[in-house]
Amino acid sequence: MTKLKVNGNQVDVDVDPSTPLLWVLREQLGLTGTKYGCGIGACGSCTVHVDGEAVRSCTLPLSAMAGGQEIVTIEGLSPDNDHPVQQAWAELDVPQCGYCQPGMIMTAAALLADNPDPSDADIDAAVTNICRCGTFNRVRRGIHLAAGIKRKGESS
Amino acid sequence: MSTEVLKVSRREFLIGSTAAGAGFALGMMVPGLGRAAMASEGPAGKTPSDGETPEINAWVVVRPDDTVIIRIARSEMGQGTLTGLAQLVAEELQCDWSKVTTEYPTPGENLRRDRVWGSFSTGGSRGIRDSHSYVRKGGAVARQMLIQAAAEAWGVPMEECRAENSVITHDASGRSTTYGTVAQAAAELWPPEHVELKDPSDWTLIGKPVKRLDTLDKLNGKQVFGADLTLPGMLNAAIRACPVFTGKLASFEASQVRDMPGVRAVVPVGNNAVAVVADTWWQAKTALDALPVSWDKGPHANLSSADIDAMLDEGLTSDEQVFVGNANGDARQGLAGAARTIEAVYAYPYQNHATMEPMNATAVWTGERCEVWCPTQNGEAALEAAAAAAGLPMTQCDVHKIHLGGGFGRRGAFHDFVTQAVLIAKQLPGTPVKLLWTREEDMAHGHYHPITKCRLAGGLDETGDLTALHVRISGQSILAAVRPQAMAPDGADPVTFQGFHADGDHAISYTVPNLLVEHAMRNPPVPPGFWRGVNINQNAIYMECFIDELAHAAGKDPLDFRRKLMADHPKSLAVLEAVAEKAGWGKPAGGGIHRGLAVTKTFGSYVAACAEISMDQGKVRLQRIVAATDPGYAVNPQQIEAQVEGSFVYGLSALFHGECTLENGAVVQSNFHDYPSLLLKDMPEVEVIVMPSGGFWGGIGEPTIAVAAPAVLNALFAATGQRLRSVPLKTVHLSSANAA
Repeated sequence: MTKLKVNGNQVDVDVDPSTPLLWVLREQLGLTGTKYGCGIGACGSCTVHVDGEAVRSCTLPLSAMAGGQEIVTIEGLSPDNDHPVQQAWAELDVPQCGYCQPGMIMTAAALLADNPDPSDADIDAAVTNICRCGTFNRVRRGIHLAAGIKRKGESS
Repeated sequence: MSTEVLKVSRREFLIGSTAAGAGFALGMMVPGLGRAAMASEGPAGKTPSDGETPEINAWVVVRPDDTVIIRIARSEMGQGTLTGLAQLVAEELQCDWSKVTTEYPTPGENLRRDRVWGSFSTGGSRGIRDSHSYVRKGGAVARQMLIQAAAEAWGVPMEECRAENSVITHDASGRSTTYGTVAQAAAELWPPEHVELKDPSDWTLIGKPVKRLDTLDKLNGKQVFGADLTLPGMLNAAIRACPVFTGKLASFEASQVRDMPGVRAVVPVGNNAVAVVADTWWQAKTALDALPVSWDKGPHANLSSADIDAMLDEGLTSDEQVFVGNANGDARQGLAGAARTIEAVYAYPYQNHATMEPMNATAVWTGERCEVWCPTQNGEAALEAAAAAAGLPMTQCDVHKIHLGGGFGRRGAFHDFVTQAVLIAKQLPGTPVKLLWTREEDMAHGHYHPITKCRLAGGLDETGDLTALHVRISGQSILAAVRPQAMAPDGADPVTFQGFHADGDHAISYTVPNLLVEHAMRNPPVPPGFWRGVNINQNAIYMECFIDELAHAAGKDPLDFRRKLMADHPKSLAVLEAVAEKAGWGKPAGGGIHRGLAVTKTFGSYVAACAEISMDQGKVRLQRIVAATDPGYAVNPQQIEAQVEGSFVYGLSALFHGECTLENGAVVQSNFHDYPSLLLKDMPEVEVIVMPSGGFWGGIGEPTIAVAAPAVLNALFAATGQRLRSVPLKTVHLSSANAA
């Protein structure tokens, strides 16, 4: 039995500790917003936050999560779709097929938490997720817009 | 342009509506999926099983609270078709757009209702352009019925009533009511005998950059994709098929994995695959990795890319199995008599679709019934595949469509994943089984962008004008493998000649006095498929880069050189000139920036691009692409912009990275580490000019992909003086745009 803290809730999971966090989230906890795209940490569809850092959960074994880290998935990013990144994404209609977007959004949210006003070069370095539909230019605009929304929210 | 008056056949709106069944024998509820995808619901004609408001017609349901449900037959896979089609219906329905939702009818329902929704096929950039007329008609008919219901209730002539924003008004008496109020009465009326479609100049919703209807659930994890589906009592399957094409499953040692955690069954699938079924997918995949399997690799066990290369090289000059796609004048004689001739050979590889969501399908089979849930570009084809695998008539099967995590052509003509899921479910009667491929399986068992090479020879006269062009394509036919019944009577594959046809949706953009375009069909034993853009991807490179070569050989400006050949192609010329002007073609770019042009007509639309690149220590930096598209009518300009940008990611991924090679009969590349994709840091700025000239309906999702690669290649030549004629580029790599 492994104790996890996911989206603010304590949960116990009884599964082989070598199971990647991705599959624990999806199959043990029913949090299917986090996606499987490659299984080798290459595409970023499985990105979640672990103690605020964007990590690729498909290559992270459950055993590495035994330290009580705070795990946040797309389902726990905000209560009402009102995270600045979600607001910006809605404003710009960023998603196309949408499959990679939970990972994209979690990556963007972690970047903004760390760097409230990222430059294009910062965005280039942080967002290495694959999107085959090709939403990248709207993702970039979305991150800049979200940074603005966040600043406004904080100053008001 | 005049208002279109369409005759309404009552049959087309009513047939089957009383015969519709109450839905689905297996009654699986799927939480998180839209209404239409729920197994216990679905459109059931005039007497729906759930007791809600009946439909006005097959396309429109209005609820008492004025919610409008628009039925969408085509599939949403990111391209925005769901929203565009809803706009078309809503335009004529005159409903309140803020209250519009959508649902997918099932292909089984379509079958029961004599195909009232027409085709479900979502490929070839046809979603909107093939159905715009009848979906608008569906909206117009529903509007008339709603107005009539109100008029009858008021005892006034319906001609005195008007509808706007879901409100029906009778000005003379000052009365008004809402669609929701009269929907029940409207549903009981006969449809009108005629409806008029609006003149395009009266459109208020078509042409508006409205937001997509499917965005919000894609921001919070609520959108359920096929890979995410969970049904009560469902088991999960992982599969491996023989890595060598046409090879077979020889044997496997189930006993080695049967006791592994969660494993419920180890089953053969068809004649070439084996699956492990377990409680969770991770358990199934873990056991499959441990399963000893031996294959009968068959006759192609030694096939390599070098063998395929040799086949194609032979086809570049051979007289065997050669088909003519377009010819006028006498190209050979024209070349013989030319003042100068230029020759070049280009090559384009196998490429995998690599949709972000790997192939998957969920099936349950009982012996009397089979139900499938899957992402598909063609629900009806999925239903056929399901029924065939189930060994049941289609009337005893159904398919519940789910939004796709990418399609790009992989999930339209091919439903191998549906066949497999049903064959597995059949071995566990009554138990729902979700089959999910690994990325590795997806790479190994694609239906790949076909491989071709092309030898081009052009003849210039003394003044440097093009007098003769001979294009010899050598390589794989998609239709020969996928749809042989669609081939020409002489055995030619017309799809091979996309962009080279004499006329039609994929017509050549130039008039050349002596022209010969041929295809030496060479079909290696690697399954080809339709891949976003299909053959225009390579044909536009062949044509547009070679035109650039000819222009340079003639010492002429590439725009001027093209212009002279385009007098009879005004719409192609218009998009080309639009990008040239916006990009500043002919004026110095400065800052080490070099430009390249490309133009083509494909999928019924006219598209052009001007790419700007710079070189950075031998690497290429994509700076900006100005793109223009004339699709005739532009239903949602902001989604067109998104499609243009997205198509460039797909097309440039192909140019810089995309290649599947073969060794020992199998695809070498296995995942995104050796089959990379363009990243955000690589993306150029994209400026999109949407310039609909009206009067026709062209495609959107695919056309612009064709101009990205040739425009960049031509810019690369401008920058380096080097002609790169083989995709993907092996000697020039990308430098990220904003790296420090």
